[in-house]
Amino acid sequence: MDNIVIETDLLTKRFGNFTAVDQISFQVTKGEIFGFLGANGAGKTTAMRMLCGLSIPTSGTGTVAGYDITKQSEMVKRNIGYMSQKFSLYEDLKVWENIRLYGGIYGLNEKEIAEKTDRLLQTLQFESERNTMVKSLPLGWKQKLAFSVAIFHEPKIVFLDEPTGGVDPVTRRQFWELIYEASDRGITVFVTTHYMDEAEYCHRVSIMVDGRIEALDSPKNLKQQYGVKNMQEVFYHLAQTAKRGD
Amino acid sequence: MLILFGMPIVQIILFGFAVTTEVQNIRLAVLDPSNDQATTEIIRELQANTYFGPVMYVHTTEEANKAFLKNKADIVLTFEENFQENLLHTGTASIQLLVDGTDPNMCKILVGYVSNILTTYQQKFSVSDRTKTQIIPHVKMLYNPQTKSAYNFVPGVMGLIFMLICAMMTSISIVREKETGTMEVLLVSPIKPLYIVFAKMVPYFVLSCVNLTTILLLSVYVLGVPMSGNLGLLVAISMLFILVALAIGLLISTIVDTQVAAMLVSGMILMLPVILLSGMIYTIESMPVLLQYASHMIPAKWYIVCVKKVMIEGLGFSAVFHEVIILFSMAVALLTVSIKLFKDRLQ
Amino acid sequence: MSTLKFLLEKEFKQFFRNPFLPGTLVFMPIMIILIMPFAATMDVRNINVAFVLSEQSPLTNRLIQKISSSEYFNLVEVTSSPKEALSLMEKGSADMILEVPVGFERKLTREGKGDLMLSINAVNGAKGGIGTSYISTLLNDFVLEIRDDLAPVVISSATPVIRVVPRYLFNPSLSYRTYMVPALITILLTLLCSFLPALNIVSEKEAGTIEQINVTPVSKFTFIIAKLLPYWIMGFIVFSIAMILACVVWGLIPVGNVATIYLLAIIYVFAMSGFGLVISNYSATMQQAMFVIFFFIIVLMMMSGLFTPFRSMPLWAQYITAFNPLRYLIEAMRMVFLKGSGIQDIARNLFALIGFALFFLLWAVKSYKKSN
Repeated sequence: MDNIVIETDLLTKRFGNFTAVDQISFQVTKGEIFGFLGANGAGKTTAMRMLCGLSIPTSGTGTVAGYDITKQSEMVKRNIGYMSQKFSLYEDLKVWENIRLYGGIYGLNEKEIAEKTDRLLQTLQFESERNTMVKSLPLGWKQKLAFSVAIFHEPKIVFLDEPTGGVDPVTRRQFWELIYEASDRGITVFVTTHYMDEAEYCHRVSIMVDGRIEALDSPKNLKQQYGVKNMQEVFYHLAQTAKRGD
Repeated sequence: MLILFGMPIVQIILFGFAVTTEVQNIRLAVLDPSNDQATTEIIRELQANTYFGPVMYVHTTEEANKAFLKNKADIVLTFEENFQENLLHTGTASIQLLVDGTDPNMCKILVGYVSNILTTYQQKFSVSDRTKTQIIPHVKMLYNPQTKSAYNFVPGVMGLIFMLICAMMTSISIVREKETGTMEVLLVSPIKPLYIVFAKMVPYFVLSCVNLTTILLLSVYVLGVPMSGNLGLLVAISMLFILVALAIGLLISTIVDTQVAAMLVSGMILMLPVILLSGMIYTIESMPVLLQYASHMIPAKWYIVCVKKVMIEGLGFSAVFHEVIILFSMAVALLTVSIKLFKDRLQ
Repeated sequence: MSTLKFLLEKEFKQFFRNPFLPGTLVFMPIMIILIMPFAATMDVRNINVAFVLSEQSPLTNRLIQKISSSEYFNLVEVTSSPKEALSLMEKGSADMILEVPVGFERKLTREGKGDLMLSINAVNGAKGGIGTSYISTLLNDFVLEIRDDLAPVVISSATPVIRVVPRYLFNPSLSYRTYMVPALITILLTLLCSFLPALNIVSEKEAGTIEQINVTPVSKFTFIIAKLLPYWIMGFIVFSIAMILACVVWGLIPVGNVATIYLLAIIYVFAMSGFGLVISNYSATMQQAMFVIFFFIIVLMMMSGLFTPFRSMPLWAQYITAFNPLRYLIEAMRMVFLKGSGIQDIARNLFALIGFALFFLLWAVKSYKKSN
């Protein structure tokens, strides 16, 4: 069972009377690409924020990379990467300066940062944009860069909150290639998305409805279970039962 | 939102009551080596005056110095030795006034107080009242018989608050839409850009009118500033000024791209000059000529002059005609320029 | 520690890349130290006088001459109609109307007494008061000048005279600028070291980048220090420039110990940075933060004794100023700068400022949350 990197048990978050996340329990294993699906307002982001130590659970427990998310949230943060819904690199810093900043934050030294920056820019074919201000990059490029920065320090797990929102299909494909590469290197990828074609790329997906996990399995099994052709229909099927609106 | 309504109230009350240039509670210390009848009488006279707080006695010059360094005394009255004897026998006795000159304004005023009291005291000794040529000025304090500071501050605070709410808030809220990108959404909609701009301005205009009402009510009923002139005229002029302020806010919003910049520009360019050059605290006529010219550029100055004339002096439209024309042309000029700039940016 | 280095690098880059901030850094001291002292003057000058004369005589001509040659007064009009004078005042071109009644000269020569009517626009109370005292002094001088010509009297030798000798300590030339400059310098610190970092933090909140930092192992202490330190450094550079400007331009050299001034400034900066952080922790948007900040800037400045002496305020208002850190700083700055007070003299102010610093910094650290 050493392979389990994320585990939650009846994890719950309430804001006043509103239960955003309602007793969710699941496990994610090492190197897995775990899709976290749900309609707007189903509680995905809240659940993810709890796992990252940004939000304190009302009740229930969870461990990430072997650390308790409530009590050892600072240890959790050493072992994860995070890319949020909003684009979160510094717009008024250059490409290399953003990479350098996050490398520095995670305790890499000057030499490591310099070497890894070169390699990263090469893989992304970004060498020419090294000195470009992030503000002036196209969105798709920004997202690829943000992802690369999130895994720059080789975290055990990377959390992606709707990383491909508003990105064109070609760039999205490239983006998923980056995700697969990371997964091959043993980085667990925890990703929320609205795109059902992306859900198909995941090893396993969970679907949240009204704060609860209604389904959790591989895309193939889910399709079989609901007797439909694609994830899109699985999602419709479940999302219809939702009582919360947008 | 609460702060938008609360702020003017707090400001008008705080400043109306608290910000005053009247000199009061003077801390007087006395160094009295003679300690005779004359000196005690003089001290008593001083104490009887309402401007002075309790008298502190010091015994040495060092002690007096200490009191100054610790900021415990404003003035030390030093009698010479054998004060009364000298006064009666040689005919002269001297008092040295050691005054803390750091605040020159206060210093001058308090030397004036003390000298007056001493002169009155001295007259008691006058043996003869030989006809002395005298010109007696009969002073009439027009419009503000009790010389209350509030009369001067209320118009100033009004100018400041409208400038702050209208100019700053409109500029920030428009720039905010630019920053978040919602402005583009509005601009691609079939609504004319001009309407979008007006829609942004209207809430702040309404807000300012609400504030105008509260400020006027507070000034008249709490601070006791009279409403001598025509209320309608005052409201009309205020609205004109609010329009100018809104136009400035709009202009700023077309020039800058970030909220911080909008804030800095409106803060640096509007607030400080308005406080300094509008005649709210410092009288413009006393400034160097160059600054006096600079003050002509500040709409708040003209507005404050209007408010003083209409509200306090009770004058009619003809008296403020000049100022109204200036404000009006400022409004037109600013609106034209900013709308033009706004449209230019679209293309 | 190395994390701090990277964060600081970022803050400095962002600071200098901002289109407005570096400019502000240059513009602000110039504006505040070079221009404000010109504007901030309590000296009342250029009082416009309208003269109402019902009859002309050598004596009144002399009086007119005297008034127009005074540096405080400008003679705008000599008229025989009180109505015209009043309309001048209503237009705002006259501040004072001096009316010489019929028979003034006759009465003055015969009875030794003359009456003048003086009407002053007292909307600005202070100006009215000072104008009155100027004109009284001027009239007294005038009387002394003409007395001998009119009725030479033997000065009685029996009248005892109390000689009053005022000595103006610390600011012998009674220059208002000398009084204002040390206090104006503190405004620089207030704006730079407390409100700018607060706005900076809120802007990261709005941009969402702060969340990215929050999921990293950066401790909140490191993050806050990285935010504040650049502004502290800039603050003290600007502060020093302002002191040098004060010296070069206004010839103001601190009488007291410069180290004491810096000590005061450092503690004040701690207090106000804490205050700024508290505001940033409780505001979600820039707009909100800015409005709160501007509200406090104005209240802090107005209630600090910067422009108007706080001891003139009513008692309840003075109690409010007890909660104003700026008041303690300005008072102490003026004491050290102009009077040369030592640390023990300003102990009360120092303790108050230390109290504020502890209070706000603790509150700031407590209320800053990486998670909720």
